[in-house]
Amino acid sequence: MKKKSFFADRTTRRDFMTYAIVIICFIALSLLASNKVLGRAQIGLLVPVCCWIVAALGLNLCVGVLGELSLGHAGFMSVGCFTGITVSEAVSNAIPDPTLRLIMAVIIGAVFAGIVGFLVGIPVLRLKGDYLAIVTLAFGEIIKDIVNCLIIGVDEKGLHIIFNASGTKSASDLGLAEGGKTIIQGAQGAVGTTTISTFLGGFVLVMIALIIVLNFVKSRSGRAVMAIRDNRIAAEASGVNVTRYKMIAFTLSAAIAGAAGVLYGLNFSSIVATKFNFNTSILILVYVVLGGLGKMQGTLIAATVLYVLPELLRAFSDYRMLVYAIVLIIVMITTNNQQMKNLFLKIIPKRKNKEVQ
Amino acid sequence: MSILKAENLNVYYGNIHAVQDISFDVNEGEIVTLIGSNGAGKSTTLQTISGLLRSRTGSITFMDKNISNVQAHKIVSMGLAHCPEGRRIFLQMTVEENIDMGAYTAPGSRFNENLEKVYHHFPRLKERRKQIAGTLSGGEQQMLAMGRAMMSMPKLLMLDEPSMGLAPILVDEIFTIIKDLHDAGTTILLVEQNAKKALKIADRAYVLESGTITLSGTGAELARSEQVQKAYLGG
Repeated sequence: MKKKSFFADRTTRRDFMTYAIVIICFIALSLLASNKVLGRAQIGLLVPVCCWIVAALGLNLCVGVLGELSLGHAGFMSVGCFTGITVSEAVSNAIPDPTLRLIMAVIIGAVFAGIVGFLVGIPVLRLKGDYLAIVTLAFGEIIKDIVNCLIIGVDEKGLHIIFNASGTKSASDLGLAEGGKTIIQGAQGAVGTTTISTFLGGFVLVMIALIIVLNFVKSRSGRAVMAIRDNRIAAEASGVNVTRYKMIAFTLSAAIAGAAGVLYGLNFSSIVATKFNFNTSILILVYVVLGGLGKMQGTLIAATVLYVLPELLRAFSDYRMLVYAIVLIIVMITTNNQQMKNLFLKIIPKRKNKEVQ
Repeated sequence: MSILKAENLNVYYGNIHAVQDISFDVNEGEIVTLIGSNGAGKSTTLQTISGLLRSRTGSITFMDKNISNVQAHKIVSMGLAHCPEGRRIFLQMTVEENIDMGAYTAPGSRFNENLEKVYHHFPRLKERRKQIAGTLSGGEQQMLAMGRAMMSMPKLLMLDEPSMGLAPILVDEIFTIIKDLHDAGTTILLVEQNAKKALKIADRAYVLESGTITLSGTGAELARSEQVQKAYLGG
């Protein structure tokens, strides 16, 4: 390969454009928020938007780059979310600084979600196509039910964990010492969490996730993963260790979703495990598919628009999901239909094609 | 000296005994071809050698090492490249990226040299290096698959039906290239349905019929053999 100057490469240039646009959006939104142009309701959307963007970037790595449809990514978010809440609450006395705590929670949450992703990946990645999708769906539900049974509390002796499978136990069975507090109360979820997620934190996480994913795709490992997607047998015959690279992509994808979950969980004072159900997995998948499989820039836009749209449509409360559905259908048709594409090309002035030699 | 030696291979698909107790060898610097009709077990044999399938019994020795239980991706780095049937290129990648993938196991320092070699044998690929591989014609895709396999600097190149589905003029071109690759020092194990062309360039050949080897000899011998003429060469 010839050595090229840094920006001569088209994808590098595009990646840096993406980073620049995200940074500009962040600065603009921060200014709007601090100048009270945005209402409280709109400001409340900022952190969740970051969460869904990060989760969708993680899922796009699995669905778009690895080419395996996962319907269980909400499960990995859930693992990240409740791990993050536990970490943040458990160390709240030792580390009063919320920023430090958020960083710690995100890292530990992502690692836990990555570990769960790895364990789930061992059986799941032996399957293909529809079967893989259905099994990931099952694992997502299993994770949700397990979290639903957890009762976790903390006192000066450390963490107390009960697995409440029978449904008969409650927070009082934790046997917390004086001054202890319960963090997660089974089906009632995490209550009374100190909300430490900030828009700045969300923005940094989006940037980190973007940098990781975009560079992974360009790397040697990323090329191997895409080769597996395009043709498993040929990839194997080219010397790619298929199992290994599938695991790497799936684990990384789960860890990124987990990080998104931490940010999401620490943005609300209470959250229940059933929030991360099958519908949530599908929601993330919609962002990924609408933005374009394997296209991270598309994911950014799709996640933002599709998350904000239903919230802005609250004024038409009865019809908002209808409008949302119609928008989805229109976008899908127009982006996948050759005639509609031609129509758009006629309307939109042509860009000069300098790239093609 | 034999570079590849297969002894008493038995391969099954479930209960189907696809390859039955076959033994053959390839010497360094040869072109050896396996010919036979559909379902004779030719591709199965190649896939077993490259580790994509496992034999139930028997052994495969490549450069004095037993590779019967070595994983497919490790076999490639040992110097045995498999160019699978039906081309199997990475359709969504560009021609250049496909070729890059072939070099996955090769040392990076040799990349440019190998790339030059591939472009020398397949000038058409150089012209189209920025094109998405899925948009290439069948013949070009076959060349790409072969070029990709060459990038791993194989000592032995296994080609599975390189002429499949190609126009006669392209078939000639592909066979010329195979001969060129061989002249440049690559040992080749060729699986073909086009027995006439395969026997013409082969040093030695084996005839496979429903999973067993029924005949073997030099290319010229088999081309003259009555049995082969009747079965594969149209009289």
